[in-house]
Amino acid sequence: MAKEVTKLVHEYLRHDKKFPHVWCPGCGNGIVLGALIRAIDRLGLEKDEIVLASGIGCSGRMPVYADFNTLHTTHGRCLTFATGVKLANPALTVITVMGDGDATAIGGNHFIHAARRNLDLTAIIINNQIYGMTGGQFSPTTPYGSHASTARYGHIEHAFSISELAVTAGASFVARATVYHATLIEDMIKKSIENGGFGVVEVISNCHTEYGRRNNMADPVTMLQWMKEHAVTVEKAGKMSPEELAGKFTVGVLADVKKPVYTEEYEKIRKRAGAPKAGERA
Amino acid sequence: MSGNLPNRRLIQGNEAIVEGALAAGCRFFAGYPITPASEISEILSARMPEVGGTFIQMEDEIASMGAIIGASLAGTKSMTATSGPGFSLMQENLGFACIAEVPCVVVNVMRGGPSTGLPTSPAQGDVMQARWGTHGDHPIIVLAVSTVLDSFEITVRAFNLSEKYRVPVIILSDEVVAHTRETVSLPAWEDLEVTDRISPDTPPEWYVPYEGSSSGVPDMAAFGKGYRYHVTGLVHDVRGFPTQRPEEIEAFTSRLFRKISQGFHEIQKVETVFMEDAETAVIAYGSVARSAHRAVIMGRSQGLRVGLLKLVTLFPFPRRLVEPVLHQCKAVLVPEMNMGQISREVNRVNSSACRVIKHNRFDGQLITPEELMPRIEKMTS
Amino acid sequence: MMKEGERYELIFSGSGGQGLILAAIIFAEAAGVHDGFYVCQSQSYGPEARGGYSKAEVIMSKNPIDYPKAIRADLLLSMNQASCDHCFEVLKPEGLLVVDASLVHQIPTNRSVSIPFTEIARKSAGKEMVANMVALGAVGRISQSVSLKSLETALVARVPKRTVEMNLKALHAGIEAAEAVDLSALPKTIVPEDDEL
Repeated sequence: MAKEVTKLVHEYLRHDKKFPHVWCPGCGNGIVLGALIRAIDRLGLEKDEIVLASGIGCSGRMPVYADFNTLHTTHGRCLTFATGVKLANPALTVITVMGDGDATAIGGNHFIHAARRNLDLTAIIINNQIYGMTGGQFSPTTPYGSHASTARYGHIEHAFSISELAVTAGASFVARATVYHATLIEDMIKKSIENGGFGVVEVISNCHTEYGRRNNMADPVTMLQWMKEHAVTVEKAGKMSPEELAGKFTVGVLADVKKPVYTEEYEKIRKRAGAPKAGERA
Repeated sequence: MSGNLPNRRLIQGNEAIVEGALAAGCRFFAGYPITPASEISEILSARMPEVGGTFIQMEDEIASMGAIIGASLAGTKSMTATSGPGFSLMQENLGFACIAEVPCVVVNVMRGGPSTGLPTSPAQGDVMQARWGTHGDHPIIVLAVSTVLDSFEITVRAFNLSEKYRVPVIILSDEVVAHTRETVSLPAWEDLEVTDRISPDTPPEWYVPYEGSSSGVPDMAAFGKGYRYHVTGLVHDVRGFPTQRPEEIEAFTSRLFRKISQGFHEIQKVETVFMEDAETAVIAYGSVARSAHRAVIMGRSQGLRVGLLKLVTLFPFPRRLVEPVLHQCKAVLVPEMNMGQISREVNRVNSSACRVIKHNRFDGQLITPEELMPRIEKMTS
Repeated sequence: MMKEGERYELIFSGSGGQGLILAAIIFAEAAGVHDGFYVCQSQSYGPEARGGYSKAEVIMSKNPIDYPKAIRADLLLSMNQASCDHCFEVLKPEGLLVVDASLVHQIPTNRSVSIPFTEIARKSAGKEMVANMVALGAVGRISQSVSLKSLETALVARVPKRTVEMNLKALHAGIEAAEAVDLSALPKTIVPEDDEL
């Protein structure tokens, strides 16, 4: 196993250039990065074909460590850049990684429209329920009643459910996992890329430094324990009553459908407009 | 007469921008509806698929700007078009294009502002925003169009400069130029000089994405071509990775400015009318340059030795081309459809005894030749 | 005929929905694309798609056009009273006013031609909607600045295919109505000669 891990690290990380990384000891981001490269390895994709794009925040630093075509964009805008990349070269596999604030506060509009548009992109959203890099301010997923550096008296707003939002906005593939369920993340990323439409993989993660510390979960183990205890598989949740599900969240596949994909639809428009064939274009 | 030219068409300024972009090789456009720039989107939604390119209407102007940067990084020449309110939203990612040196063209068809302002009226209030709208020190190129033919030719030039210098280029049009139809004979694509960014010819392991040659402009690899490198809005080292080392930060910012200043002779462009023996001059740009042109002709017919300096490049401000005019003339008139923006630049570079007279109109109406005449007469006497 | 360096300026005015901008575009295309003049065509209108004011201008010249808007119009077409009142001041003293006889009753100059465009449209083509094309034909004939053949060609290129026949009928009806007008009978200028002394 250890040998296998080393092999992947050498293959997919810019290990000689940018390490040690900026993340806190025990941060869930590393687990997500690990799951991502394992999923890519299992899919047999070429590194040259992959674009990994991010926004701003702790998650935003992920691309710098990975040996792909990497793009660290502005706060919340990563899906817009990714849209341009994918449309300009549909042969590329474009994966975005965002945080909860990044994807659903400043980037919320781009997120729902990307889901509606159904371009072949995979959006990994690392949901640690807080703005970590800027110092623990509340985010759109900070739970009601919890504490943050800008919610000193307890948070009075209500949290988004990112995956449910994605389903409603029309994403082809939606799944949720947690950093406790590391192999599930890997499976979900793989499935999302395989779906071929717009896929969302929400990963509940731990920011013990900024969120846990203010909410009686100051170490990563406690936070992982919390995830283990509150996550219910989609299958199991189907058999539970609303009372039993109170305070829990589901993990697994929430949507996996086939819809017309933007690039394929656009190719039909080109054909109708009389465009020259791909190889003959000026 | 213009009747002898082939392929004559009656088109609006906005349509000429579309044709210029396509001729220059633009194959990706992202935009959001806004008056008076919407025709550019509408026409491109039909034209782009015809040439095998891509048109997309995004959810807002922030997204449009992000999308054209992404497309450019994937190797496709790209453009967006908007007006004041949308241009304000684009400033964020415009800065990204500056720092990551991503070629792209942004058209701003100016209308009255600030805020929603005067959606259907011409103005020139976004000149300083085009130069300094995004935060931080950054070089940028701003070109102004004043006719339908300009709209075509300058759009081609905007792409060429953007590709050559790896810098976003802003085209400032205005409601008058955008919506006026004129007959033009557009040249065939193969007759145009088109510049493309330089792709690296080194093996990927030798590629240093932000090193820059003697010109200061680094070769640019498209995503997917085997050069896996990092692009970021953070200040970065020559390999593209974030840096906080003072010597690397300084070298980076210096190079961004140097690559433009080394190209001043090519980037900066003006046009002159009756300047040879002029004692006074009108310095104008955009649709106002046309009013000034007529006023100068009217002045000449009265025997006044007045000339016109039309600015095509607004930024980097063509100091070396404006200064001689200020030395030659005893007074210059700077008419603008704003409270005075380019007149500040003219004043800034004025080291002679030349008087700089402002003429400002901000009521949503184009400055007329008739209102310029008394100013010219007074300045000349 | 127009001399080198001269401008010929027309204004098409009325209310939104009367199709005046389209008429101006066709005129400009005839003069610019087919007759080889330099032309500038522009418009201004209110935010309403229907109703409100609408004004379109065409500047023609044998030389490149600097200022793209009308300075002093040679011909003003007004398809309603409000636009006639609004635009009249731009008309040259020796310019010509052309109005829809049934919609403009207070005529501010005796250098004017009244033709019932809307009525002619209804009778000739069966639709009031094409009054703009009747007016276009009349303006083309009266101004003598554009070839009527070019007007036809430009019209065919600019209107929807299924409406070409109806629009051409209207254009010809307008040309015909204008032929009956004796321009030489109009005073040369509205400014009495005494005023010029």
